[in-house]
Amino acid sequence: MIANERPAIDIVELSKNYGRIKALKGVSLQVHSGELFAYLGPNGSGKTTTIKILTGLARPSAGTAYVNGFNVEKDSIHAKRQCGYVPQALNLDNELTVEQNLYIHGRLFHLEKGYIKDRIIMLLDYIGLLDRAKSPVKELSGGMKRRVMIARALLHEPKILFLDEPTVGLDPSIRRKIWALIKRIQMDGTTIFLTTHYIEEAEFLADRVAFLAEGTLVTVGKPQELIETLGRWALDIVEGEHMKTLYFKTQEEAKTQAIQYPGSFSVRPVNLEDVFISMTGKKVQ
Amino acid sequence: MKGWTAIYYREILILRKRFFRQLASMSVMPLLYMIAFGYGIGESVTVDGVTYMNFMIPGLLAMNSMVQGFGIAAEINIARFYWRVFEEFQAAPIRHIAYVTGEVLFGITRAVMGALIIIILSWLFGVRFSYNGYFWLALILNAFLFASLAVCLAMVVKSHADQALLVNFVITPMGFLGGTFFPLERMPLIIKEVLSYLPITHAAIAIRQALFGYGPALFSYGVLLVLGIICFVIAVWCVDRARE
Repeated sequence: MIANERPAIDIVELSKNYGRIKALKGVSLQVHSGELFAYLGPNGSGKTTTIKILTGLARPSAGTAYVNGFNVEKDSIHAKRQCGYVPQALNLDNELTVEQNLYIHGRLFHLEKGYIKDRIIMLLDYIGLLDRAKSPVKELSGGMKRRVMIARALLHEPKILFLDEPTVGLDPSIRRKIWALIKRIQMDGTTIFLTTHYIEEAEFLADRVAFLAEGTLVTVGKPQELIETLGRWALDIVEGEHMKTLYFKTQEEAKTQAIQYPGSFSVRPVNLEDVFISMTGKKVQ
Repeated sequence: MKGWTAIYYREILILRKRFFRQLASMSVMPLLYMIAFGYGIGESVTVDGVTYMNFMIPGLLAMNSMVQGFGIAAEINIARFYWRVFEEFQAAPIRHIAYVTGEVLFGITRAVMGALIIIILSWLFGVRFSYNGYFWLALILNAFLFASLAVCLAMVVKSHADQALLVNFVITPMGFLGGTFFPLERMPLIIKEVLSYLPITHAAIAIRQALFGYGPALFSYGVLLVLGIICFVIAVWCVDRARE
């Protein structure tokens, strides 16, 4: 099969069972080349399972998936060459230096020694950690480790970068730095498939988002288009112990409606969390 | 097979970081055996016409190559469950055989290191052997077998605790019962028969015959090679099954 005949990622009726637990239930979707695609859902919704199947870490129970035209099961070696993978858990060799971690990755992807060394310098400069090349990984902060993992995943120049909850556990300022880095990577032409349960992350970064709940794909679309299906403004009304949210096209409509309620209320812009709740009845976070 | 060098290189880099700690750790067990059995039992006991120390050293080399070869299981488990580096190998475009080859070669490297330590220590204790090619072949085959077994079991276990159980119930008894520290001829017939099926028994026979200059124990080499290949093939299969 020739690469680029298909979308960057093509998932067809993908299912995954862990014993009796159905982690994925017939998910189908396509991610276009150069796109930043966010896969949004609460913990346990099947986001990581999807990434693990696409990167060869898990086998599907049913269905197929292609990355850059290569079947992830039948042509796994070629498929893996297309992918860079940054898992949710930090998985660097703590005892080795930053440089050594990257070098081993290059060897795993069969790159030439000279090329690996050039790429390491370039990528560490790219992520702003060139001065830490010789530092043992255990001496780095969580945010630095995350950036090293992104650099490692980019070392072999993958066409698609998989980021599984790239900013989980990081403080807001570091999170913003990682977002800027992700945007830069996309602008350099890499397709990015990102899982997150942070609404603002998906809204800020993604060209399109997919909602996943309990292993089922709920919807796929551009963030703004999904938001506009509800309206642009939300009115949160507190009624006793319950909170009700109403949606309006304009802020004025929302405010006009708000004054009719005796309890406390707030008017705010609609976000993807609202869309998710309206579709699934559950929260993302 | 591309990619095995990366796996092996990573293990060597980590070994280099811990080299002196590792060296000290590898020296403790043989040193204790030599003091306890060498000085403790000393020259007063002879087994099969040689001093007990001379009888024991080949057995110690067999046992140590088994322990060091199998020792990679703990490292693999740490990489898998604690550091999660194993995911990095799973996501890399390398075949399972390349992963197993890299790890098994590291197991053999550890076994050779352990053997060199014993050779030096036994020399200090006044024991002299001719460490010929037959000896190294037996030692490497034994390490190949147990390193392959280590990869199999490291892929099967679900936690560090399971790993410790395997060592307690499989490796330690085999180390003591496989003709390493006493001649099997002294065992009751039925026990002798059972113990003759253990690979460590054949490693001890092959190493002892090589060091005593009796010529190669061809049958034992054959057993170690065949079992080693079987374990290696199963290890490749187990790595594939380790995918979720």
